[in-house]
Amino acid sequence: MTFFLQLVITGFALGMVYALIAIGFVIILKCSEAFNIAQGHFVMIGGYLGFTFLVTFGLPIWASLAAAIAVAIVMGLLIERLALRPLVGQPVLAVVMMTVALSTVLEGLATLIWGGEYKTYHGVLPTINLRLGELSIPSETTIAMIVSVVAVAGLMLLFRYTKMGLAMRATADDEQVVQSVGIRVTSVYALSWGIASVLGVVGGILLGGISGVMIPLSQVGIKAFAVVLLGGVNSVGGAIVAGIILGILENVAAGYLDPLLPGGGLASVFPFIVMIVVLIFRPYGLFGLERIERI
Amino acid sequence: MSLPCGVFAQSYAQDMGALRTKTQWLMLLAFLVFLAACPLFFSDRVLTIMTIIGITVVSVHGLNILTGYCGQISIGHAGFMAVGAYTSGILTAKAGMPFWVALPCAALAAGVVGLIFGLPSLKIKGFYLIMATIAAQFIIVWLIIQLRSITGGPDGLSVPRPEIGSFVFKSKASYFYLVMVIACLATFLAQNIVRTRAGRAFVAIRDNDLAAEVMGINLWAYKLLAFFIGCVYAGVAGSLLVHYFAFACLDQFPFMNSVWYLGMLIVGGMGSIPGAIFGSVSLKLLDELVTIVGPVLSTIVAAQAAASLALISRGVVIMLFLIFEPRGLAHRWERIKAYYRLWPFSH
Repeated sequence: MTFFLQLVITGFALGMVYALIAIGFVIILKCSEAFNIAQGHFVMIGGYLGFTFLVTFGLPIWASLAAAIAVAIVMGLLIERLALRPLVGQPVLAVVMMTVALSTVLEGLATLIWGGEYKTYHGVLPTINLRLGELSIPSETTIAMIVSVVAVAGLMLLFRYTKMGLAMRATADDEQVVQSVGIRVTSVYALSWGIASVLGVVGGILLGGISGVMIPLSQVGIKAFAVVLLGGVNSVGGAIVAGIILGILENVAAGYLDPLLPGGGLASVFPFIVMIVVLIFRPYGLFGLERIERI
Repeated sequence: MSLPCGVFAQSYAQDMGALRTKTQWLMLLAFLVFLAACPLFFSDRVLTIMTIIGITVVSVHGLNILTGYCGQISIGHAGFMAVGAYTSGILTAKAGMPFWVALPCAALAAGVVGLIFGLPSLKIKGFYLIMATIAAQFIIVWLIIQLRSITGGPDGLSVPRPEIGSFVFKSKASYFYLVMVIACLATFLAQNIVRTRAGRAFVAIRDNDLAAEVMGINLWAYKLLAFFIGCVYAGVAGSLLVHYFAFACLDQFPFMNSVWYLGMLIVGGMGSIPGAIFGSVSLKLLDELVTIVGPVLSTIVAAQAAASLALISRGVVIMLFLIFEPRGLAHRWERIKAYYRLWPFSH
């Protein structure tokens, strides 16, 4: 039982980070109807940024976080302006391929700047040791949980109480009406890319603290896609619930089934199996809007 | 616009002809003669590049029918190639079958696996389908690793070279001929598939699936047919690839290749048979350029420059084409032809 609970708790923290990354994806999708395949690469870049600021520059944690967020905002805005803006109104495939191309470019840049090596900053993050009965909660897990909860709460406040948040929600609802009341849709797009990039980078710093950074960290983006599909592509709340579900399921399944399978590595295909099952039986996810298309 | 002045069609069949003028026939003939003569004056290295390009052309034709003509986006094409490759590899290496039996089996196996992963395509489209095909790629690779006892898993699998009687396709030149014959056949078939009833149904589905259904096109059957045909091409290409290297391993079918094949379609021009060829030739040549320039850069800038150049150049090329030439090289080629035909007049 302790083993099971331990798996559930680490899965929960992991799931919160997945949810954080997935929310970035959902925000872009809701605002500009662009599917951002490169979300996982924001995470990888975030991990490397965390390494650079925490270890190479030796900054304290709050300064590193602020610096990484500043870099993330610039990166998100630049990407939106240079790569995505020219494609407004193009078919789905063009936008998707653009983000795929973006992901290769980001991977190439990371290889160039950080050499594509495995970097870790395990001891640098502050330590918070918690014990619940027999369960010990690793410090990174606690931090991941706290930061994710704070970030999600901040986003909720942004959407509910600020004018920009209102503009974003309105854009998600109807682009043309929004334009007719004088909101600049392009700046909403830019903001959504900025937020998504920040969320990815923060998620990357957290994941980097848990397991280190290397280029394949970007594959966590694929887990975020599974989260998004499970939760419903246009639901922020769905992304949080689905993130937690997927994090726990993945950890528990890997913990119990991996010793039984010869090759192991179930955790890496698990999101895809979830994806296929969701796509076949419930394509609009748990909380997504069902688009009915009949003749 | 695509034909010179003074070419008239007197029947529908004539109007649909792929080759209309004597010049076109002559150019085709000249091109085939050139291909046949290649081994005489090219080195083994150039022949290897051309063979790989030929295999890529076969694969990209499949993706073109599936994505360019039928509009079903697949980022799992390398996975389907792996199915064909391992089917053919296992049949020849473990079951001792000749290549000529294994090749159709590989095509069929890849087609059937494509059908299975194409099943969700009735319910979902756009991004959801992309996700399903990405999932296909990773699940196929995972299964190949799991079935280690027959596939060799991460260690790979040695496969024999094809042979007819006592003649083995061992030299670069002989395999070059084999691949080119199959690539030409594949191009011929692709050009004709897209002009049949099924091909026109594909285009209708791509342009507007609801309208297509109203016209009486069975969406499900034709989408699945597109998946089947596309994956059959992938299976043939995969089989040719592993028999060329006499070795099958998962590194030959990375996820990156699936993306890169779509990139070839974008650079060449979606929904165009010459586009598929333009795209695969130009991007494979770009890869070759990178392998030449990369090491030089590595010594000047940093050790990792070669690896990053390969990634960045691929990404940037796709980005530039999406922004500045979204209809690809095939479209540009038509424009250039039209321009020279009309010169010095503008219309």
